[in-house]
Amino acid sequence: MESISGRSNGGQPTGGGLGGRTFSRRWVLGAGATTLLTTGLTACGSSDGSGGGSETIDAFTYGDDAVKVQAAAVDRFNKSAAAKSAKGKVKLVKVPGADYTAKLRTAMGSPSAPDVFFNWGGGSIRAYQEAKQLLDLTDTIEGDPVLKNGFLPAVLAAGDLGGRHYGVPMRGMQPVILFYNKAVFAEHKLQPPTTWDELQGINAKLKAAGITPFALGGADTWTELMWLEYLVDRIGGPEVFAKIQAGDSSAWGDPAVLKAAETIKELIDDDVFGSKFSSVSYVNGGAPAVFAKGKAAMHLMGSWEYSTQLGKFPSFAKKNLGWCAFPTVEGGTGDIRNVVGNPTNYWSVNARTQNKDAAIAFLKDCASQTYAKALVANGDIPTTAGAAELLDASPNPQFAKFQYEMVEKAPAFTLSWDQALGADIATPMLTEINKLFVGQSSPSEFVSALKELK
Amino acid sequence: MSAPSPTKAPAEDRAAEHGGPEEPRRPKGPGSSAVGRPHAAWALPGVLFFTFFAVVPMGLAFYLSFTAWDGLGDPRPVGLDNWRKLLDDDRMVQSLWLTVLLTAASWVFQTVIALLLGVWAAGRQRNRAILSAVFFVPFLLSSTAIALLFYALLDPNFGIIRENILGSSNGAFLAIVFIGAWQFIPFHTLIYQGGARQIPEVLYQAAAIDGAGRYRQFFSITLPQLRHTITTSTVLLVVGSLTYFETVLILTKGGPGTDTAILPYLMYEAGFKSYDFGYASAIASFLVLTATGLSLVLVRLTGFGHMRSTREGM
Repeated sequence: MESISGRSNGGQPTGGGLGGRTFSRRWVLGAGATTLLTTGLTACGSSDGSGGGSETIDAFTYGDDAVKVQAAAVDRFNKSAAAKSAKGKVKLVKVPGADYTAKLRTAMGSPSAPDVFFNWGGGSIRAYQEAKQLLDLTDTIEGDPVLKNGFLPAVLAAGDLGGRHYGVPMRGMQPVILFYNKAVFAEHKLQPPTTWDELQGINAKLKAAGITPFALGGADTWTELMWLEYLVDRIGGPEVFAKIQAGDSSAWGDPAVLKAAETIKELIDDDVFGSKFSSVSYVNGGAPAVFAKGKAAMHLMGSWEYSTQLGKFPSFAKKNLGWCAFPTVEGGTGDIRNVVGNPTNYWSVNARTQNKDAAIAFLKDCASQTYAKALVANGDIPTTAGAAELLDASPNPQFAKFQYEMVEKAPAFTLSWDQALGADIATPMLTEINKLFVGQSSPSEFVSALKELK
Repeated sequence: MSAPSPTKAPAEDRAAEHGGPEEPRRPKGPGSSAVGRPHAAWALPGVLFFTFFAVVPMGLAFYLSFTAWDGLGDPRPVGLDNWRKLLDDDRMVQSLWLTVLLTAASWVFQTVIALLLGVWAAGRQRNRAILSAVFFVPFLLSSTAIALLFYALLDPNFGIIRENILGSSNGAFLAIVFIGAWQFIPFHTLIYQGGARQIPEVLYQAAAIDGAGRYRQFFSITLPQLRHTITTSTVLLVVGSLTYFETVLILTKGGPGTDTAILPYLMYEAGFKSYDFGYASAIASFLVLTATGLSLVLVRLTGFGHMRSTREGM
């Protein structure tokens, strides 16, 4: 899947739901992963049967910094009364991030599939659902007050397939945010934009001052996707993509998609991303550095940008990093409070699990206050309903609260398109988006190519 | 040394081995004699490995190319659908064109440089030996390491060359050709060096007596004498270019847009990004067929298969 493994290949964090990690690590991970992929996929890492008997269940997770939260949860669960009554223990299998999706796919097609596994909800699990490998958790969640009231409803819903729950939220939220450089804004007497017209004015002033308005790591296509996601939402509302996600490929023909593509073409012709954006990468730290050094004044990026900057340019992150919502577009129907990005990651349960009771008992731990606290301490913002009061303990409470409220108050949270659609559609879609950005196709060619995707 | 003398003794041996002197003795060229061949059983481990790790997977991939399979459950037979898609796919056409272009550009670039370097390095002076060893270093590095190195060097903000190279169609393509050359020229240089060292000194001495200058010697002696070396190097290079992959994956991911999406990358994308293993297998099978066909044609056209001595007719 372009989105997932493409990101993972670069060690990019969206998919992985990373919070704060440094470039060097990400880069090394990416390099290692690529090597692995090019030398062929390694076999699945789990080997049930050899473990602690048939009652031990395997849980696959994305192996990054945040994995310590899951490791602690597993330890806690294995010692708990719930584990005893379900007669089961959990064994955590940490899959190095970059290999995750390919490895999961291999494992799920084999006899040694995990019982519980980390995923991105939506399209990222559709193939498994269609192959009848997923346990429908709808009744379990609806019938259990802990799970039912434990999470923000928009987040729970964002991982759904056909209105049924197949996952329980288990990591931090990752909304896409418009970041800006406060020092540059102050120097040029600019205010964060709330409308597209204001943004155009800001762009003009910045260009006159010789500053590129936006950093964009266009060598990674998912960074370009974020622009399209927000523009379509602001112009046509969340319904446009909701229809596409539901499988109606003709919905790509919605005027909002064309308008968004035309807007992107205007931005590129207007040089707001600079002339070299298609060579700039996010994952190797190129785009964040351009932004932190003031060469570009703004950066549309997932919430992990904060921890990225904190790792690489701590004084910039602490003093000059500002954030705001993506502006509205005049004449558009989308609410400025609508959010796109990854609501969170989910645990799903394999329909062939040997111990369903243990799996579900384990999932309940994710709704607990202890689990949420561990996420907060790791710099992540939990999606649990009662997380707001924990955020003072976050490494940056101000940013944590902004994010939490952004998601809590969002009338709609659109899952990243590449995660929401299946890999078979997401991969060519990302290619088409890249072609639009590098000028290989016009907005109308872009729309007709997308309508062909089925 | 002339051609008949080395064949004589082995031909006699062979007759003795079979115990049949009646067998008519035809003059045999070098290389065509069965003499001294080890027993077929020695080939068993090799044949087994080749069967299990090459033939069987290739057969499986060919079978998968007639199915639809997303990696879960069982492959579903779909007849010729994937192959029809292969013929209809616009991206496939572009991809094939890019692959041909990459192969041609790599051949021209690498052969010219490697040939000149190899001939130069065939001299026996100590400095050449040291330099040859240095030239060989890039070949020892992993493709991944090389691609990552160039990725850093070509970064438009922090690299050595601060231009939009990987983000522009021609730039990205040329970068891939260049990096391939940087990596593989040392290997081909080594082949040419070996070939050039086999050329008998007497040829040059005779040419010098006839008054041939260095250029004349190069074009009239070195180049013709190296023709089989050129074939070997070309076959390796063409097959290598057809399956070139890691650099594209790391450096451009087939981009910008689809401008560097060569066939092996398209195959990877279909298989491991779109999880359309049926289509990916069709591309893979197509690649295997093309590469095998091409190398057979090359070998045929150049007479390489006859394994004649380069020194024949001397």
